[in-house]
Order: sequence, then structure tokens, then C-alpha cells
Amino acid sequence: MRLSGITKRFPGVVANDDVTVELFPGEVHALLGENGAGKSTLIGMLAGVQRPDAGTISVRGEAVAITSPREAIRLGIGTVYQHATLVPNMTVAENLMLGQSWWRPMRRDAMLARLAEISVLLGVQTDPDAVAGTLSLGQQQQIEIMKALWRGERVLVLDEPTSMLTPQGVREFGEVVMRLRDAGLAIVFVTHKLNEVLEFGDRVSILKLGRLVGHIAPERLRAMTPGDATAQIIDMMFGREPKPNDIGLRRATPPDGAVALTVEGLCTAPEARQQGLSDIGFALRVGEVFGIAGVDGNGQKQLAEALAGQLRASAGRVLLGGQDVTVLGVAGRQRLGLRYLTDDRLGEGTVGAYSVGLNLVLKQVGEAPFWRRGLTDEAAIQAHAESMITRYDIRTPSAETPIARLSGGNIQKALFGREMSNGPRVVIYNKPTYGLDLANIRLSRQRIREAADAGVAGLLISTELDELLELCDRIGVMYRGRLVGIVENGPDAGPRIGQLMVAGSA
Amino acid sequence: MRARSRDALRALAPIILALLLGGVILAALGRDPILFYTRVLNRTVFNASGLQEVAVLMAPLLLIAASLIVCFRAGLWNLGTDGQFLLAAVFVSAYGPALVVALPYWVAICALMLLAAGVAAAWAALPALLRAWHGVNEIISTLMMSFLAFSLSAFLVKTYFGDPENTVPQTLVLPVEDRLPRIAESLVHVGVVFAVLAVLVVHLVMTRTAFGLRLRIVGHNPRAAEHVGLHVPRLTLAVFGISAALAGLGGAIEILGVRGVVRADWHPGFGLLVVPLVFLARFHGVAVIGFVAFFAVLTIGGESAARRADLPNHFLLVMMAMILGILALVDHLAARAKERG
Repeated sequence: MRLSGITKRFPGVVANDDVTVELFPGEVHALLGENGAGKSTLIGMLAGVQRPDAGTISVRGEAVAITSPREAIRLGIGTVYQHATLVPNMTVAENLMLGQSWWRPMRRDAMLARLAEISVLLGVQTDPDAVAGTLSLGQQQQIEIMKALWRGERVLVLDEPTSMLTPQGVREFGEVVMRLRDAGLAIVFVTHKLNEVLEFGDRVSILKLGRLVGHIAPERLRAMTPGDATAQIIDMMFGREPKPNDIGLRRATPPDGAVALTVEGLCTAPEARQQGLSDIGFALRVGEVFGIAGVDGNGQKQLAEALAGQLRASAGRVLLGGQDVTVLGVAGRQRLGLRYLTDDRLGEGTVGAYSVGLNLVLKQVGEAPFWRRGLTDEAAIQAHAESMITRYDIRTPSAETPIARLSGGNIQKALFGREMSNGPRVVIYNKPTYGLDLANIRLSRQRIREAADAGVAGLLISTELDELLELCDRIGVMYRGRLVGIVENGPDAGPRIGQLMVAGSA
Repeated sequence: MRARSRDALRALAPIILALLLGGVILAALGRDPILFYTRVLNRTVFNASGLQEVAVLMAPLLLIAASLIVCFRAGLWNLGTDGQFLLAAVFVSAYGPALVVALPYWVAICALMLLAAGVAAAWAALPALLRAWHGVNEIISTLMMSFLAFSLSAFLVKTYFGDPENTVPQTLVLPVEDRLPRIAESLVHVGVVFAVLAVLVVHLVMTRTAFGLRLRIVGHNPRAAEHVGLHVPRLTLAVFGISAALAGLGGAIEILGVRGVVRADWHPGFGLLVVPLVFLARFHGVAVIGFVAFFAVLTIGGESAARRADLPNHFLLVMMAMILGILALVDHLAARAKERG
């Protein structure tokens, strides 16, 4: 099976950009990438949940259109999702028979025969009358795999299958996967955990920002030692070491600048599926760019939200130029010059249906000169929009165009302009180049550099090491909600940060 | 301009199609559809007193429409306007007769309006607080509060607020001469003017002011609202307060302008009738006046036309249901057309 040149766009971002992936029987193809790299979109197309905007999917050399999950099942593609899809109060047998045609129900003896067949294939024992909810998570997952293979076995897609398993469960799961591979199935194993790739994968593809950035064929992977393979994959995931002339681009910040932002012992409570922060502390000088590195999901977003005031701190203090702002809300901190450029441009940065002009003043609703005695001054908003559109080179048909119709790069330009207006002092840039094309990536980095030169302190959160090495004076590394180290940017910073990112210690 | 006429067409299409379909059904039942619709119009639009009746019926409906526009635009679904309306009406009719005697007339009227707004807002406080601080779904909680309000109203009318002289459980009657003054000897009382103004003011506030924009941001994208620094729980409370108060004013107007009394078994259920009209108008305050007028014409004219055509009164409900069904269909088709570009 082959997916070639797959491209899929969503409003504002390119989720998959010309991705080509091949699946072979009897092989585990590990698909590695961070959150938002486009893994889920890619397997969504295999499962028939998404359809590509460009590119073709072919099975044994024949082009197919997977228009629905039903079609995917017919082609022998079974998918096991990250989250449980079993009905907990139904028995194993009932769960497996869900989705069969009502006019030709399967007889119980036929069902039991099929169950026995698959159980042998997986090498597990199954009680068809056990209630699904009473089984362990590992057992439930085996049932999920059986369900995926129920109507034919050719391709099995596993989306982050180990995320809810115990170490023991992971081991058992690994055995099942190996057995299925040896039985001749093509297996797609989606994960963001490096060690699992080395453990289960025969072939590795690495996705980053929607693009396929690396691929290791089975022969090569077998020839490498685990250490070599790790180094090479990290290289592909986080970008290569900057070349010497890249480092020359870095700005030099006067070392004795005043402190712009101080964070002391900041903690937030952990929530469901969300890391809490523990004891974060650092100081940010005027004109400095301080980087936050880390594999996605180690608390970076929570740090940004806690600093912006969107997430309540359970302990610790945030001081803006010496003034304690911990008790202030989002609006209060904004007025004092603490700005947050969010990475979720359409989800929280903008109201998609509103015009570019209105979105540009969205953080100033009710303030002069755009509102006078509570009444909207459309002309003032329009004039402001036009000057911002020119100044930040926002490509839009007009100031009245709904902002969701713009490309990701232009939405980012508008948001950047919004955060930069009205006296910014400290700006948190959360993944500012995420989902942008090369020209806009370069432009965004240039803007951050210019802002710092103008004396704005920047906190740059990024999952891309080369970006951090290009822009930052110092780089802190986050791991499981903690700031595990701060590295002075320099020639050997890259490997040291990489080590902290993956292992949490130097 | 083209977009605006397309919007107008999309809003009117369900009504036109439903009227046509209603005509087919009438014909199938052996009635003359043209005669039926002519009778509807003759009873209302082409009849001075009929037209006045339509205006009077519109007053409480418009205040409820204003109430719904505030909350729907803020993305909050206050479906408890029936309870808020009724409870306010009960308090106004309980204290009205005494207050108009004790105080100068207009002071008493203003006090009663404030009382109505306050009672309704207080009744909405529980779902509002639950929504603002605990994210409890307000659709369910406001609807349930309505049922409690019906029972509480009946209880109050039968006990503390009841007229002991009367065998029927009802409040004291507000004398006809103490009801809201009428305009130029017609049936139309000043409450109708107040209701129209209220809808227009709500529309302007929602579309032209910073406060209205804040509410709309919460409605369109609550996460963006938080990101840009709005205090979402506080705005949620404000929305519920205003929305319920407007519904309560509707109840006050109905008592002070028309009824003068509440019987224990009275609950007009205007609130849920107005919901589809507000959707047809797409939360637009000026457009909703037109749809409320249409509904009032259909109610008053349709009642007499149905009687004369020997049809049950429920035929009007069938019409209303068709309008809603077609509205959903038109929306679905329009969305699909948009999706396909």
C-alpha cells in the first residue's frame, strides 16, 4: 500500500504537505512526530475519516478512493484509535459484532469461530462473554485490535497505542504486534515516543509540521546501533545543528539590561490530560529573547497561559518590571504591557467570522479611540486596520474580510501586529512559526529579533531547536512541567538542550 | 447588498414555502386555500380593530424576543423565559392593585416594572451562577426552572396572592382604568411602544456598542473571549440578568396592559413560541419585529379562519411546524451548498 504526495489543508494550516509513505506486508512502519506534525491527519485518510486535497492512495499498485470508514474496512484497513471505542457495558462479543449489517446478522457459532481464529493470530485468550468495561486497559486494547481485524486483515493502523498502558501492558502489546507482523500484516504505528520506534519499528518515517522530514528504511535501521539511530532521529525531528554562519545571525543583547519579567516558584494544578507546572523560576531582561525548549506537551502551553493570566497559578509569583501582577487577570496584565501571542490562532487568537479590522482591536474592546462612551467608532477601527495592514504587510482582500479566510501566515502577521501595538514590554511567543511556510517563518523570526532590538523582552516557546538557537540569548528546557535547565546559547548548546529535552537531565 | 438580499430570501423562504405547503394541505382537505388566507388577512391586516389586536399581542412577544436576542447572541440558551415571564406577571398582578392606589400612577408603574425585572432576574440567578462557575448546561437548567416557576406561580396565586373574595383561584384584578393608557382611543396601549423600543435598543446595544461586542465575542468564541481578557463568568451573569429582566418586563406589560389578573392555571407559553421566530430573524432585532408581526397575524387571523373553515385550531400549529421544518431544511441545504463552494 502506498500513499503518495498527500496534501491536506485546514483553514490556516497545512496539515500534510506532499507526504509519501509506503506500507509493506510483514513490516511495522513507525510514524513519528510531535503533536500537530500531521500524523493523525495522515492516518485519518487511511481510515476514511479525512480525504486528501491532493495525492493518491493505492493498494497493490491500484489507486483507491477511501471515501468512508466503511470503505476503509472493506479494503482491509483496520484502525485502533488512541481513545477507547468499546462500549463498556456490552460484552466482548457484542462489541465485536457492532456495525454488522442488520439484515444478515452473524450467527454465534460463526462469531466464535472467527474470534478463535483471531485469538490465535494475536496469541491471546479471550472470554467472549466478559463485559468490556471490566477488562484491564491492556485487554481492552486487544479487543480493539480484534475489532479492527474482524473483517479482514491487511493493514492495521495503531494511533498512539501505548499511551494508556502500563509498562507490563506495553510489553504484552509489543508481543501482539510482533506476532501480527510475522503473520504478514502491514502495521502503521503512530507515536511520539522515540524508544517505542526503536523497539517496534522496522521502518521509520518522521513527520514535522506536515512534511515528511526523514525516513529510515529497514536495512539501514537494522545496521545502526540504537544510539546512532536515536541521534539520527533526534536530528531529523528537531532540525540539524546550526551552521556557523547561522550563529552569526544571533543578536547580541547588552548583558546588564534591567529585569523585565521575574517568575518565582510558579505552579499550576494538573488537570485531566494536562500537565501541571511545578516550581518554575527565571528572570527575563529587557531586550532579551529567552527560549523555552522541550518536546511538545511538557507544560509549555500552561506556562504561557499562566504568565498571560489565562491559567490560575496555584503558587508562586509573576513580576512585571518589579510589579507583582500575580493577582491581575488577563486584561490587567495586557494593559501593563505583558502580551501573549498564542499558537492557537483560530481557536483562541481570533474570532474567525469577524473582520480583520475587528480582530486587530479585539484586545482593546471598549477603549479609546475605537470606542467612545461605549459606542463603536467604525471609522476609527477601519483607519487603524488599514494602517496595520500596510505596516505588517497583511495580505487580505480588505479590512472587512473575515479573518478565517486568510492564510495562516497572514493571520499570524495580524496577531503579531495586535500584540505589538500599545506599548508591549514582554511578549510571550508561543510556537510563532508553527504551520507557516518558509517565507513567513523567516519573516516572523525577523520580527521577533526587531522587537527585541527595540527593547521588548521576548519569551520564545518553540519545539524547534534551530529556531531557538537562531534567536535566543538563553534557552530553558521544560520537561514534565518543570524547568530542568537553562543553557547559555553557544556552540555546544544544541546537544545539551537535546539531551535535556529527551531525558530531563544533563 | 447582494449578500443582504440573499439573507432576506433565506429568511423568507421557509415562510413562503410553508404557506404554499399549507395551501396544498388545505386543498387536500377540501378547503379553498385562497379563501383561507384571504380570511386571515381580512380579519387582521385589512381590519382596523384586528390590526390593533395584532399590535397588542405583539407587545409581550417582542420583549421576549429582545430577551432571547441578548442571550442567543452571547451563545447562551436561556430557554426559561416562560417561567421568568410568568413569575414576573404573578408578582405584578399581586402588588399592582395596591401600588397604584398607594403611589402616584407612573411611579407605581415604574416600581412594578422594576419589580418584574428583579423577580425574573432573581429566578434566572441559579442557572446563571451554575453556568458561570461550574459550566452547567443552561438549556436544561433554565427549562427545568420554568417548570418550577409554573408550580410556584400556581401555588402563590392559590395562597398568598389569591383574591379571597373569589371562588376561582386568581389574584386581585387591576381595575381597567388603572391599566396602561391607550393610544388615541384604540386598543393599543403604551406598552406596545415600549416593547418595540426595547427590541430596537437591544439591537443597537448588541451591534453598535463595546458591551454588545463583548457579549458577541463570548458567543462566537468563548476561548478567544478569555484570551483577549474578557471576564467570561461576569459577562455570563450579566447576560442572564438582562435576558431574564426583559422577559419579566414582558410579563409586566401583559398584566398592566391587557389582563390585569393572573389565574392559577394561566401560562401562555410565549417564550418557546418566540424562539423559532428569533431564529428565523437570525437574532436580528429589526427583522424579528417583522416575524413577530407575521406570527401575530397568523395566530389571530388563523384562529378565526380555521373556525370558519371548520378546521381545528391546531391547524395553526401544523403551519408553525412546517415553517420550522422547512427552516431547518433550507439551512441545511445552504450550509451544504456553501461547503461545496
